[in-house]
Amino acid sequence: MTVKVQLFITCLGENFFSPVLKDLVGLLERLGVQCEMPEGQTCCGQPFYNSGFQAQATGPARQWLKVFGPTDGYIVAPSGSCAEFVRHRYPEMFPPGTPEHAVAREISERTFEFTEFLTRVLKLTDVGACFPHKVTYHASCHLLRGMGLRDEPKQLLAAVKGLELVPLSEEETCCGFGGIFSVVYPEVSAAMLADKVRNIQASGAEYVVVGEPGCLMNIAGGLQKIGSAVAAVHMIEVLAARGDR
Amino acid sequence: MSEIPSPIDFRANSRGVPPHIATSVKKATHHLLGTRATVVGYLGDEQWQLLRQAGHELRLHTINHLDAYLAQLEERVTAAGGHVHWARDGAEANRIVLEIAREHGVRRAVKVKSMATEEIGLNHALIDAGIETLETDLGEFIVQLAGAAPSHIIAPAVHMSKEGIAELFRTKLGVDAPAEPKRLTAIARARLRDAFVAADMGISGANFLIAETGTLVLVTNEGNGRMCTTLPPLHVAVVGIDKVVPDLASLHVLLKLLPRSATGQKLTCYTSFITGPSAQCGDGGPQEFHLVLLDNGRTRVLRDPQARETLLCIRCGACLNSCPVYNHVGGHAYGNPYSGPIGAILAPQLLGVQIAGNLPFASSLCGACAEICPVKIPIPEILIHLRRRAMEGDRIEGPVASPVVAAGAAAGAFALSQPLLYEAGSQALRVVQAPLRRGTWLQSLPPPADRWTTVRPMPAFDASFRQWWRTRTVEGRKQTRARRIRIAALLGGAAVTAVAALVTLRSRKGSNSHDIQP
Repeated sequence: MTVKVQLFITCLGENFFSPVLKDLVGLLERLGVQCEMPEGQTCCGQPFYNSGFQAQATGPARQWLKVFGPTDGYIVAPSGSCAEFVRHRYPEMFPPGTPEHAVAREISERTFEFTEFLTRVLKLTDVGACFPHKVTYHASCHLLRGMGLRDEPKQLLAAVKGLELVPLSEEETCCGFGGIFSVVYPEVSAAMLADKVRNIQASGAEYVVVGEPGCLMNIAGGLQKIGSAVAAVHMIEVLAARGDR
Repeated sequence: MSEIPSPIDFRANSRGVPPHIATSVKKATHHLLGTRATVVGYLGDEQWQLLRQAGHELRLHTINHLDAYLAQLEERVTAAGGHVHWARDGAEANRIVLEIAREHGVRRAVKVKSMATEEIGLNHALIDAGIETLETDLGEFIVQLAGAAPSHIIAPAVHMSKEGIAELFRTKLGVDAPAEPKRLTAIARARLRDAFVAADMGISGANFLIAETGTLVLVTNEGNGRMCTTLPPLHVAVVGIDKVVPDLASLHVLLKLLPRSATGQKLTCYTSFITGPSAQCGDGGPQEFHLVLLDNGRTRVLRDPQARETLLCIRCGACLNSCPVYNHVGGHAYGNPYSGPIGAILAPQLLGVQIAGNLPFASSLCGACAEICPVKIPIPEILIHLRRRAMEGDRIEGPVASPVVAAGAAAGAFALSQPLLYEAGSQALRVVQAPLRRGTWLQSLPPPADRWTTVRPMPAFDASFRQWWRTRTVEGRKQTRARRIRIAALLGGAAVTAVAALVTLRSRKGSNSHDIQP
């Protein structure tokens, strides 16, 4: 039976990383997965919720449930942060007894972050990728601590042909993004990013692999600012590659 | 404590932190994290997780039955010959201590390091009343000498380098002090010996209070705790009501968690158990023991089921060490004695969000604190809960968000609830960014987006995926045409609204009072 995936493209993914989303479709189809993209999806509401506007967050959350509720198959996001929010927060945001609660409970069972979907649902580590470069990996907080994905992303990378994974000092330390935090306290965010960029530079890698659109925006920007030779790429871009970059 | 405190401005405080402080802090916290990892490693992760869970459960049980355990504690302390006092707030606690001091004609007091007495400003109250008060923990001694506040729960002088401390000793003590930790310690030690002998009163906090036996437990490394609580004829302890543990068996679990998490020790050099005035045993020591039990906002925390677990804290400081924000700004940026992640959830509850409402935002919600916490306090969850208190308000307090910020959030949430509006916005951003676009980047943006671009450029808006997706099917291509017409109409309307909004906003500029959010 064909595995069906509903693409949860996320607002950051959509507005800043269209090539990553195209790679996501390409990779999933290559693996024999049937993709659908539910129309009407916007943002999951996390930026509002985590900024203290929890009542406001129910607006986008309701829209999300309206769009994804009636779908079937797995829901897969290129982000651990958004997937975690939907999975863990929606059932609390809408109290038991409300129609949204039942939908939230149902979708929380079938919503996955991308590397989690590959390793735990499809049970794949080798996706037939080829990326002949020296890379290092930044462990995004919500992927790592939110979703508990410590080893899986690295197992996927280890199976990529030609890829040499080099360690990143302070790999599990936050890059300084933190959503609203980055603009409420830009100076502290800058100091955290500077540490991250310094460690990436020192790793000797050509690419830093990041699995989270928010961190990718931040880290890619930090590297761009200093004119670094290291490029930041999304995990999906590496796993979709066939030796073509 | 009569003056009305002003709101803590974390951004201003963190901007003023000199780079050498971050260096000192990071060096110390890395050392502490390293030793912690080693001793936790001896136990193995599985054992450690079981221990954390046990610690969590017994602390939660205790605070959920705090009334009963406090009553038992009072009874046992009294039975052991001690005196128990209840203080509703810091002012009352200070008054009680001063009264005891006055009754005994106290002129000189020595102190064991204590967060509760920092919280209530006891030193100021004593010194104002003419009582010479000396901190005897080495870190606290240094910080007191510098006229500063402690910047870490367990390492008060963590923000200072050994060179800075040597310089301080030279100017304040008039001694020849080299920048060598051993020599500096010897200088402090010589001063403190005399003070211990001369003191009329010893003041301590407590790491734990055992309800079953009425025993106060002090966990220390320098021996000053034992000196302060055995040499002077009077011992007064000021302790938060959250420090109670039911019995010795529970203490056993917490004593495994605390030193490992705090200093990376299996056990600290001294663990003192004090039950009543020790002179009763006939071997010297204080003739009187007073225990001041401090509320100061703790029962208010207890009333909030979503934040109650804040009171599980055993003050190990591990969350500070693991926090990337704390490591860059140090403790003083938090503007109160409780810093780091635990400070960011405790201070807004003790002081109110009116005063400390921007501390819950001083976190990237990375979760390192929750991962390291020995009693599993869900710190990120409580941070988000308190952000809500600050922005939307709840039954406890708030909101303190400016109307402009609240209106902005409402407008944003509305736009993101309407698919067509959202899509129109995404497409509009692709167009309007053109003049600012340099290749695939936006190097600088106007306020408030400049808060992002002053730090790093922003990737250019590029919402092209949906169109690409839709053109993969015939039906999708048809829908796309219809959608384009609707979006064009919407964008026309939006442009008019945006101009109107911009004009309104310009006229309101400068009237914003709270800078919690951009």
